Amino acid sequence: CHRLLPKMEGAWEIAFVLFQVWLSIVVGLIVLPAMFGVSLGFTDIYIKVLVKTLEWATLRIQRGQKEQPTLPSQSANGIIEKDDGSMEEEIGELRRSHPKNLAGGDFTMCDAFYFCKKGIENIVEDQVTQRFTSEELASWNLLTRTNNNFRYISVRLTIIWGLGVFIRYCILLPLRITLAVIGLSWLVIGTTLVGLLPSSNAKNWLSDLVHITCYRICARGLSATIRYHNKENRPKKGGICVANHTSPIDIVILANDGCYAMVGQVHGGLMGVIQRSMVRSCPHVWFERSEMKDRHAVAKRLKDHIADKTKLPILIFPEGTCINNTSVMMFKKGSFEIGGTIYPVAIKYDPQFGDAFWNSAKNNMVSYLLRMMTSWAIVCNMWYLPPMTRQDGEDAVQFANRVKSAIAHQGGLVDLSWDGGLKREKVKESFKEEQQKMYSSMIVGLDCHEASEGPV
Amino acid sequence: MGSRASSLLREEDIEEIKKQTGFSHSQITRLYSRFHSLDKGENGALSREDFQRIPELAINPLGDRIINAFFPEGEDQVNFRGFMRTLAHFRPVEDNEKNKDPTSGEPLNSRTNKLFFAFRLYDLDRDDKISRDELLQVLRMMVGVNISDEQLGSIADRTIQEADTNGDMCISFSEFTKVLEKVDVEQKMSIRFLH
Repeated sequence: CHRLLPKMEGAWEIAFVLFQVWLSIVVGLIVLPAMFGVSLGFTDIYIKVLVKTLEWATLRIQRGQKEQPTLPSQSANGIIEKDDGSMEEEIGELRRSHPKNLAGGDFTMCDAFYFCKKGIENIVEDQVTQRFTSEELASWNLLTRTNNNFRYISVRLTIIWGLGVFIRYCILLPLRITLAVIGLSWLVIGTTLVGLLPSSNAKNWLSDLVHITCYRICARGLSATIRYHNKENRPKKGGICVANHTSPIDIVILANDGCYAMVGQVHGGLMGVIQRSMVRSCPHVWFERSEMKDRHAVAKRLKDHIADKTKLPILIFPEGTCINNTSVMMFKKGSFEIGGTIYPVAIKYDPQFGDAFWNSAKNNMVSYLLRMMTSWAIVCNMWYLPPMTRQDGEDAVQFANRVKSAIAHQGGLVDLSWDGGLKREKVKESFKEEQQKMYSSMIVGLDCHEASEGPV
Repeated sequence: MGSRASSLLREEDIEEIKKQTGFSHSQITRLYSRFHSLDKGENGALSREDFQRIPELAINPLGDRIINAFFPEGEDQVNFRGFMRTLAHFRPVEDNEKNKDPTSGEPLNSRTNKLFFAFRLYDLDRDDKISRDELLQVLRMMVGVNISDEQLGSIADRTIQEADTNGDMCISFSEFTKVLEKVDVEQKMSIRFLH
């Protein structure tokens, strides 16, 4: 027993030394350059190799599919091709062949065909439910999780896949976890220290420095490659930055290139610790759960924040929930009612390297972060759009839709009016009532019209 | 995401469904993915709530009737076979029907079967007759609160009067077919499935 102890101590010493070496490499080669915003080029090389490998894999799979025709092709196209006619057009067409001379209006039994066809089309494929699950890839990117119909194709492909698993779980994952821990600890310690200083320009400058360096470290922790476009439109103090929401990582992406005041609910646990220390060094807007229900209180706090021109621009995600980055869903009008200049930002992730979407129904935060850290990389484009303000005669909802369209257009995303809240809630009855009203006017509208106009 | 979904569908099942419905292999696997994504309870069958979760269907005035068409009499769950059988009605009509199984009669997507599907939307109690009451109920679903009872009543009366040839104040399937004989049912009750 005694002879074992020195051996064990020796083993512990070796482990400790290895750990120190590991840590210095990580800090020296990754953390420090990240903090200074310098890139040593490792990520670039990694991405280039990755792109080449995935291209090769795609070709192999396509070749394999040609050889075995029963393999279903992975197509990102829809299942069906829809007609885009309006209710009036479609029902009009249906009625045209009807023997009775209708001249518009009045009911025929074939009207039901329209609703029936639309209903079945929506059962097969609809615009909304697909936004709450990850986007299907055009070709497999060698991750098990995106494996839709993988059948064995070739030895080489399987070996590359196996190698990928090893690299991602045994090399990249520990590295990324280390970076994340370093980054977040630095955030908490740094902001607490800065928080001890009296208010001054120096404090603000230091606070910005701590925040940005932390987010840069975190970005490295995800092998994030971000391309920023139109930096001249960067949000300024006293403004509100709005962006489409795909995941919590959006914050890391945005904060890598600027400092923002975050808005959100107060959490407990680790998040709470981070929130409390962040707010010591510069004002963020954290709401208690009870406060969030009071829309006026929320609006007031935000208004006060942007009125103070020394405070950082607020960062808000008006969709209110994570969407899968193929579309932009309804923007809640709250942020567009408080005045101030809106700085829209469009974020588009490249799903080939890693799916950034957080499906909160399927994964909790921890398993989501693990998935992120075992992806190949996070590659995305970010566009700063020119600032927008509410125009005369435009109400908050119209303004919100205008901003949403601009973001959707820039990011190449589908512009939807549906509420992201449909992820969890039922659709409002009023939409059905609209449909019923529209149809009613097709049956009797003409009669009413004639009645009011009188004989011609 | 449907990544494991296709592995739950066996080749024999796919072949059977192919024979019965006429869908292609890849269409069946894609529709299975869709079925699986709608099946929130992951029990291999869809309930009415699963369908109601599709917002565009929930706001369809005839949404409930369409959903009902998937469920056999008295049942609350529909499995993938049943799902595909119902969807098969909406396949476009082709001239060379490879799937015509001489023992089972007409293919599911024939003009007659498409018309019968629509007939069933109106025929609430499935007694092969559309009564005045049933017609009124369906009309009420389609128009909501926007038309008065009297007006709706007269619309229903007019419709039955035009269609009813045997004087029983109900619309039978053959009367239904006669009234709609000029309507392009093949096109209007078909969906263009890709590949």
